[in-house]
Amino acid sequence: MTPRLIHAGAPARLRLLCAGPGVTIQDEGRRGYLRYGVTEAGPMDWTAFRTANLALGNESHAAAIEISLGGLRAICENGPLWIAYAGADFNWRRDGALLPPAARLLLQPGDSLTVRPGAMGAWTYLAVEGGFDTEPELGSRATHTRSSMGGVDGRMLREGDILPAAAPGSGGDRSEAIIDAAWLRRTRDPIRVVPGPQDDYFDPSSLAAFFDEEFTLTPAADRMAYRFEGPEIAHSRGYNIVSDGVALGAIQVAGDRRPLILMADRQPTGGYPKLGHVIRADIGRLAQSRPGERRRFAQVSTVEARTALLALEDEIAGIASHMAPLRREPTSKLLLETNLIDGFTDALTDLASR
Amino acid sequence: MGAEAKPRYLPAGESALVVEFGQTIDPALHDRVLALDAAIAGARFEGVNETVPTYRSLMVHFDPGRWTMQALAEMLDRLETAHSPRAAPKRWRIPACYDPPFGEDLAEAAAILGVREDAIVAAHSGALFRVYMYGFAPGFMYLGGSFGGLPAELQISRRATPRPPAPPGSLLIAGGQALITGVAMPTGWYAIGRTPVKTFERRRERMFFADVGDEIVFEPIDAATFEIMSAAAEAGDLVAREDTLQDSNP
Repeated sequence: MTPRLIHAGAPARLRLLCAGPGVTIQDEGRRGYLRYGVTEAGPMDWTAFRTANLALGNESHAAAIEISLGGLRAICENGPLWIAYAGADFNWRRDGALLPPAARLLLQPGDSLTVRPGAMGAWTYLAVEGGFDTEPELGSRATHTRSSMGGVDGRMLREGDILPAAAPGSGGDRSEAIIDAAWLRRTRDPIRVVPGPQDDYFDPSSLAAFFDEEFTLTPAADRMAYRFEGPEIAHSRGYNIVSDGVALGAIQVAGDRRPLILMADRQPTGGYPKLGHVIRADIGRLAQSRPGERRRFAQVSTVEARTALLALEDEIAGIASHMAPLRREPTSKLLLETNLIDGFTDALTDLASR
Repeated sequence: MGAEAKPRYLPAGESALVVEFGQTIDPALHDRVLALDAAIAGARFEGVNETVPTYRSLMVHFDPGRWTMQALAEMLDRLETAHSPRAAPKRWRIPACYDPPFGEDLAEAAAILGVREDAIVAAHSGALFRVYMYGFAPGFMYLGGSFGGLPAELQISRRATPRPPAPPGSLLIAGGQALITGVAMPTGWYAIGRTPVKTFERRRERMFFADVGDEIVFEPIDAATFEIMSAAAEAGDLVAREDTLQDSNP
């Protein structure tokens, strides 16, 4: 690690007390090196990731913790530290007290956070004000464990890791709040797919079946790819192509005739025909599936896919109007700090002025 | 070249476009991939984020907030017609050791091909390769013949089942292609030698020294030289040499 500028006082940070397998640092991904074989990485569910960052007024590229079904336990040091989290329906607790599934909070030194998976969904994101200040590699803090790049030493996070927050940003709205984001609610709507670039490598009836039938996510699902089980998809001219580029959400079908959907940690190129791509507006929803869940796929055009993406991005950018005050269980400390007389006077003044 | 077929513009989702010039390994197709790649880089279009050249196509990753698929394809079609020239490729001389223990699968490949081991070595070290693309993992350099297909002594099918991981720097052949690996991985290809050169090294100023389109020549070295060069490469030296006589060569 290179030496850092010394701030007056150590930066607020999280110390990990426990991190399950698959918990990593992610930013929006490593850009500009695909042509050298370097995987982009980045969040599995960019919608939840961006929600957490924007709830703090962070840059959308700021590094956050991607929490898997393995869960996380952390303690705040050198606080206070503003955090925001969003994603699947996980159970979050601060010092043992249950929290909503997505929120913005102020952690004090010594406050602990416990994150456990709930009934649904696979990933949730913990952002801090300014982002986590881990060492960038090739322009990004995103972890890609297969090439040991980014994050903390290119690996999954573990007990004992210390993750400092970068210097806080300019501020913005700073109250504890519930994030009530409709786009994070899980729907059973089909996952939308743009056909191509090798849809002409498939038997037309097989292609039709792909959009008619239901598929089940198998346990072979990780940051690299999700494998589905369902009706066989037959090729019409073999399954070997001379390698070409691979984009996020590519639906690759190899010799086993099963769809393999390429996710955040996909390789930048590949040699199997791709019948289509899951659209960006739906890739996060797909990522939140758990093995055993059933999914349908629906065909859309690139124009529909683009419209859906831009609408979703606009919605997330308007995060401020999707936050409501977070009410804490009153504690003796909180009651002592609250000036009840001022509150009463304000209410009277307010009434009198009407 | 005479009349060139128009490329196909194929969607890869709403944020990436594939410009497909053909479906085979062919230096003439690859030249068109590289010409378009260079033209895009030169034009610096806002909202065109990243391009990925491959054997026969160029993937263009773009910002759908700035471009529709249609508008981007039309713009690229005009650029393609313009045939922007690309920079002259570099030629790299890469030391290669085919001796034991490095030419792990040389005997096996020779038996399958029905040729002597030294015929494979002669073909590999006598060929002029082109870097057609990177893929799989950082620094995995995919090679093919610079003027056409590879010599017959290097034309071997992939294995039915993968062999155990070949170490970084392995020189592999299969399926009409050659490969220099960057990290250890199980492979369905045949390892016929190894180079001390690191195709990806974070501590070097040029982490990836060769660009897609550059040429590669392998120069045989013995095992003792391999160890010396390997130590130098560990210390951050490139070890590969850029050929300064490239202009006088075909």
